[in-house]
Amino acid sequence: MRQYFQRKLGIYVLTFFVAVTVDWMIPRFMPGDPVQTMLARASLRPEASQAMQAYYTGVFGLDVPIWRQYLNFWGALLRGDLGVSIWLFPQPVTSVILRAIPYTIALLVPAILLSWWAGNKFGAYAARRRWLDNTVLPVGYVLTATPYMWLGILLAWALATVAGVFPIAGGYSFDVEPSWSVAFLADLAWHWFLPFASLFLVGFGGWAIGMRNLIIYELEADYSHYLESLGAPRRLVRHYAYRNALLPQLTGLALQLGVLVAGALVTEIVFSYPGLGYLILQAINNQDFFLIQGAFLFIILGVLLANFLVDIVYVIVDPRTRVGMRGAA
Amino acid sequence: MRNKLRTAIVVAVACLVVAACTGGNSGSGSGGAGQGQPAGGAPAAGPASYPRNETLYTSGNQWGPPNNWNPIMDWQYATGTEGLVYENLFLYDPMKGVYKPWLASKGGWTSKNVYELTLRDGLTWSDGQPLTSADVVFTFELGKFASVPYHNLWDWLKKAEATDERTVKFTFSQPLYQEWGNHLYNRAIVPKHIWEGRSEKDVATGANEKPVGSGPYLYQTHSQDRMVWVKNDKWWGKTVLGLDPKPRYIVDIVNSNNNAALGLVLQGGIDLSNNFLPGIATLVKGGYQVQTYFPDAPYMLSANTAWLVLNTKKKPMDDPAFRKALAYSIDVNKIVTGVYGQIVQAASPTGLLPAWDKFVDKSAVSQLGFKYDPAKARELLAQAGYKDTNGDKYVEGPGGAKIELNLIVPNGWTDWMESIRVVGESAKAVGIKVNTEFPEFQALVDARNKGDFDMLINNDKQLSNSPWEYYDYMFRLPVQDTQSTANFGRYENKQAWNLVQQLDKTPTDDIAGMRKITSQLQRIQLTELPVIPLWYNGAWAQANTSVWTGWPSAKQGDSHLMPVTWRNYWEMGSVLMLTELQPAKQ
Repeated sequence: MRQYFQRKLGIYVLTFFVAVTVDWMIPRFMPGDPVQTMLARASLRPEASQAMQAYYTGVFGLDVPIWRQYLNFWGALLRGDLGVSIWLFPQPVTSVILRAIPYTIALLVPAILLSWWAGNKFGAYAARRRWLDNTVLPVGYVLTATPYMWLGILLAWALATVAGVFPIAGGYSFDVEPSWSVAFLADLAWHWFLPFASLFLVGFGGWAIGMRNLIIYELEADYSHYLESLGAPRRLVRHYAYRNALLPQLTGLALQLGVLVAGALVTEIVFSYPGLGYLILQAINNQDFFLIQGAFLFIILGVLLANFLVDIVYVIVDPRTRVGMRGAA
Repeated sequence: MRNKLRTAIVVAVACLVVAACTGGNSGSGSGGAGQGQPAGGAPAAGPASYPRNETLYTSGNQWGPPNNWNPIMDWQYATGTEGLVYENLFLYDPMKGVYKPWLASKGGWTSKNVYELTLRDGLTWSDGQPLTSADVVFTFELGKFASVPYHNLWDWLKKAEATDERTVKFTFSQPLYQEWGNHLYNRAIVPKHIWEGRSEKDVATGANEKPVGSGPYLYQTHSQDRMVWVKNDKWWGKTVLGLDPKPRYIVDIVNSNNNAALGLVLQGGIDLSNNFLPGIATLVKGGYQVQTYFPDAPYMLSANTAWLVLNTKKKPMDDPAFRKALAYSIDVNKIVTGVYGQIVQAASPTGLLPAWDKFVDKSAVSQLGFKYDPAKARELLAQAGYKDTNGDKYVEGPGGAKIELNLIVPNGWTDWMESIRVVGESAKAVGIKVNTEFPEFQALVDARNKGDFDMLINNDKQLSNSPWEYYDYMFRLPVQDTQSTANFGRYENKQAWNLVQQLDKTPTDDIAGMRKITSQLQRIQLTELPVIPLWYNGAWAQANTSVWTGWPSAKQGDSHLMPVTWRNYWEMGSVLMLTELQPAKQ
């Protein structure tokens, strides 16, 4: 058991190192100079411009050789310092991200878990039931093939612009201030619903289709036929089929996490939802090295952590992994 | 299994019901319909929501979350930091071309090198301390830090001293009157008693959270997509000037996308939008409660000139005859009507904004000015030796060198992208091969500053107190490796630059003296055309009249102020607009 987790942990640390390095490199390969871009918006006198350029380059630590910048980056990172945002100067990247992250998590976690859970249940229920199968299958395929933002735009158009039931955009109404009052929380939920729904629906379609196919496969397996020939009730057979079909779906969840995060980011942009997605888009537009780095760092951490959790869950739900581990140990 | 499924369905249904209910509840509470139900009449300390009829919603300035309230960083402080919280010595009214006393009651040159300023009586900071001449001196002396943008003021300002509580004496080593005129209404005065101990880093780059200023509004709150100001009931202007800004709250909404902004304006969710909204002209007449400054074309006041910048260090743009031919070839009216739907105006050949009309030398323009005339463009090209020698329908240079130029604007700036297509087609029609490209903004800035481009569009220089700004922009010397703010085309003309410096040294009230120099500059500019003026970008402003009325407009009886909330525009009179607003009759 320990060896299994040690190996896993080693892989995660290595992945983290490589991912963070790439994360550091990518913004620096973009054309242009962030300080110059920042100051391009200031209408400075030419004499002042030179001095300011030099000053800010120093402030952001961009005046040292590139290898030095890389070492400084790791040094600061290990101290928990992600630097200062260029676009939102002088806000520290950490505080900018911490303000945005609750919104992203509030969208992502429920959307991922609920769509996975509901999709699996529904797919399993629909499999081999002619009427449901015939309707669910095409709907599921359409849903899962829909890009997140397209569905988001459709929902926003239908339910917000036309029907006017939900707001088009934003985290909460412009005329309220955050507080722990019922009115504010309701307002928050009201704004949360559409972005959540578009993430949920796409995920739901995918999981339902997957589960439906797996159940059919499992019902054709020898053990199912054997159970049936023993006269076991249909419900019991389906129950076992479901448990077996869950495993590949769990692997699928681990593999899909990255895509889901990307989907959430795009959805946030569609709904101008004040989470990480909007920040990342703007950070890229404004060539904000530090904010891009910081935001992706959080995403990398999140995805790795979620993968790790799935690994643990896998050990719990799949007896074969435990047997394998014992064998190896 | 069945039980589980049943629970699942119950939970799912419950979720939907809850969502639907919350939707319904909040929908009626914050519909933005202008009902304005105060949620319990909470005091200013921490209201749960802002009553609609006491709140002004604006948008157009913030391209990102509010991130600092430091008036020193005047290119990225939160909307209203300068104007609503920190105030200026004077306001400048660009429409009338006059300085309006604000913190200062008067100011003037007592000798060639000495400017004396008198502050009003009864000025206070929002924390109750009096605002005195010491604060003014302190603010200007902050410029001694090299990282403060107005540092170079001290190259020609010798000293600033408070002679008494309300008088400041500025002594200059070399008075640059035009620039000084700009400082008079652009420097935001900060409180000495709060800023005194701050390090250079804090002054130049600090976020200055919870700003303490002297203005009519106070910081209320902010979040990623908004900035909220609340009225300062103890504002000095109430008693001293008898002015009273009407909105209790000002909520400035961070720009998201054009569709959302347009929707909010039409529904009355935003009262004043300073966004560029394509197609607004049709909506003004479409029965929505939306108005612009002019009821007809051009709808908007002009805020800056869009120039076609030519890299004069490259062939054939180094040839004035070629530049002139290009200027004659461009069908600007097609841009004005086709791309902008007439919400902008074609620029005068001098490129000077309508506000500076008195500095335009009409005779120079009629003699040397250009207009759209493809035949003339072809003729000029032929005269200068540009001929199509290889039969590809495009001209080659006098030496037979192929001419193929790239015209660039930032990707995503859709109106400009459309505009340069028109420029490209116009040029091609007379035989100049001009391709259009849309690099990312950063890449464009990089290329522009290094002089690594053929042609681009730029409108960096805004409306201000003096046409000197525009001539400085055109003729600034010396040309350096990186040209980051002016003379991107790297045009070198000693005579013109001398005139620009001379203009800077001409007192702002010596209109005749200024005109003498500007008319010489115009002759140079019109013969040489280092940059080609195309159109005047609008001071985009669309106001919704469902909650607030009394917006500035060209109509008789309305206030003729600039209805613009952009940075550095509040001090050009928008702050007065707040006092002119009236709640709409319900």
